[in-house]
Amino acid sequence: MGASFVINIFKPKRLSFWESLNAWIFVSPWILGFILFTGGPILASLVISFTNWDIVNPPQWAGLSNYETMLSDPLFFQSLKVTTLYALVAVPLQIVVGLFIALLLNTKIRLIGLYRTLFYLPAVLPIVSVAVMWRWILSRDWGLINWFLSLFGVYGPGWLSEPEWALPALILMSLWGVGAGMLIYLAGLQGIPTDFYEAAKVDGAGRWASFRYVTLPMISPVILFQLVVGLIAAFQVFAQPFIMTEGGPQNSTLFYLLHLFRNAFEFFRMGYASALSWVLFMYIAVLTLLIFRFSAAWVFYEGEIKNE
Amino acid sequence: MAAIAQRPVSNNWAAKAREVDWVKVLAHIVLIAGSVVFLMPFVYVVSTSLKTAGDVYTFPPEFIPDPVQWANYPDALTAMPFDVFFFNTIFLALGRIIGLTLSCSLAGFAFAKLRWKGRNTLFFIVLLTLMIPVEVTLIPRYILFSKLGWVGSFAPLLVPGFFAENAFFVFLFRQFFMTMGQDLIDAARIDGCSFIGLFRRIIAPNAKPVFAVVAIYIIQNNWNSFLLPMIYLTDRSKYTLALGLRLFNEQYYSQTHLLMAASVFVVIPIVILFFFMQRYFIQGVVFTGSKG
Repeated sequence: MGASFVINIFKPKRLSFWESLNAWIFVSPWILGFILFTGGPILASLVISFTNWDIVNPPQWAGLSNYETMLSDPLFFQSLKVTTLYALVAVPLQIVVGLFIALLLNTKIRLIGLYRTLFYLPAVLPIVSVAVMWRWILSRDWGLINWFLSLFGVYGPGWLSEPEWALPALILMSLWGVGAGMLIYLAGLQGIPTDFYEAAKVDGAGRWASFRYVTLPMISPVILFQLVVGLIAAFQVFAQPFIMTEGGPQNSTLFYLLHLFRNAFEFFRMGYASALSWVLFMYIAVLTLLIFRFSAAWVFYEGEIKNE
Repeated sequence: MAAIAQRPVSNNWAAKAREVDWVKVLAHIVLIAGSVVFLMPFVYVVSTSLKTAGDVYTFPPEFIPDPVQWANYPDALTAMPFDVFFFNTIFLALGRIIGLTLSCSLAGFAFAKLRWKGRNTLFFIVLLTLMIPVEVTLIPRYILFSKLGWVGSFAPLLVPGFFAENAFFVFLFRQFFMTMGQDLIDAARIDGCSFIGLFRRIIAPNAKPVFAVVAIYIIQNNWNSFLLPMIYLTDRSKYTLALGLRLFNEQYYSQTHLLMAASVFVVIPIVILFFFMQRYFIQGVVFTGSKG
């Protein structure tokens, strides 16, 4: 008590110039970095998107022509379709599977440390190694997956060689990395006060009811966070199709970033690639806003009740 | 002991049966099955990496190689300069650890513990940048670095690290510093400690866990990183492990046993790091969630 009294005397109500100056010095690397490597480039890519530029020769003003080109580029629509489809299927699947494992691990079960390690490990592995390994695992004639299917008498497809199976194969593979999300759900689940469950029990709630009316609302902000993070990650998938399928077969795994990469670094169409990047940026921004808009209906924040 | 053994067995069984929590039993069954599913790809890949070229293509697959072909590892690793790739990867990781921990921790300190105008606005921008996809900055950054003549060198991968390019780490440091008591800081200030002294002598020494978490994340990210190194590192002598493995994948496409050995080699350092530092991997998640 005495100490805090002393501090209150010394703590100035107005901001100290010296403290502010120090703060600005400490954040100055970040500010410079933001201007040079994030904020500046974002604006620059908008400007570049109105030009034709191969880097070597000076850029030429092109107006909106890059955006018009996009409308007649079937690969743009294909890559948008592939990536959106992947996001729509893989992200919810990752959430359901990750949350399911986290719930199992949150039951005061024995060996939880071992299970947690096993499920988390694949998520930290370098993606290039994972892609190389899974190209073999998904092999039609010698792969692990088709061996597993053969145990049930199913003759597995050529996962990476048939257009209708390549994207599902990459989605399946992405579930191997579900441990990262699982860990976040587990942290969220362990933060739910036990009184809530006891109160629910007193009110006669069974396991399902306490999941539905305690666990799910309490974990919903984490699910929202994972939904947004997962969506943004889905639009940055690159190494898997680049190494495993090269976007094929028949462009069935032509992810957006792969299409953009080819335009920028294989065809050196920097203007067109910048236009692609801005359209993607807007697309993600709109999707994220929509998710937040509709999240009010299902995401529950503890603070809301306190304020009532 | 004898007395216990002579207790009526049937009663004991009945008592046990009532105690059995079927949900837990079911959870264990599902978890064991899940663990097997998650482990199988490793088992399959490691077993392939130890087979002779002729034994690889069998169906159903043999999970235990016979004979065990250890030579695949030296064969694969000497087919390309993996030692150079390894040192390049370590060098980049160390450079990024120095740059990012310095710049991000100082920014996190200013956001968490100093009072200044503009703090909330700037921190909001930090959070916004978390959501910016790599695509949007990719091309202008490349043009910038190519005009500077840096393409082909490590600079485009190292220099941004000294400018706190990772907003998530700024956030992580800030969240951790927020939880540190204000009393100690105010006491140091009263004793005439400068702000940088405060950071060096009080904040940083008491925040070793978060520095460890960030360092480990950087190593892991750096091992994982593929697109940016591929764009900037044009010369093979500067390749990282990820780039080397991709090259190996192209040239030894059909020699699955060597390919698997190479990819296991690239994975092993991260697996070792994970097993010894698992605590920090997991703590990173917990820090993010702390209120502030």
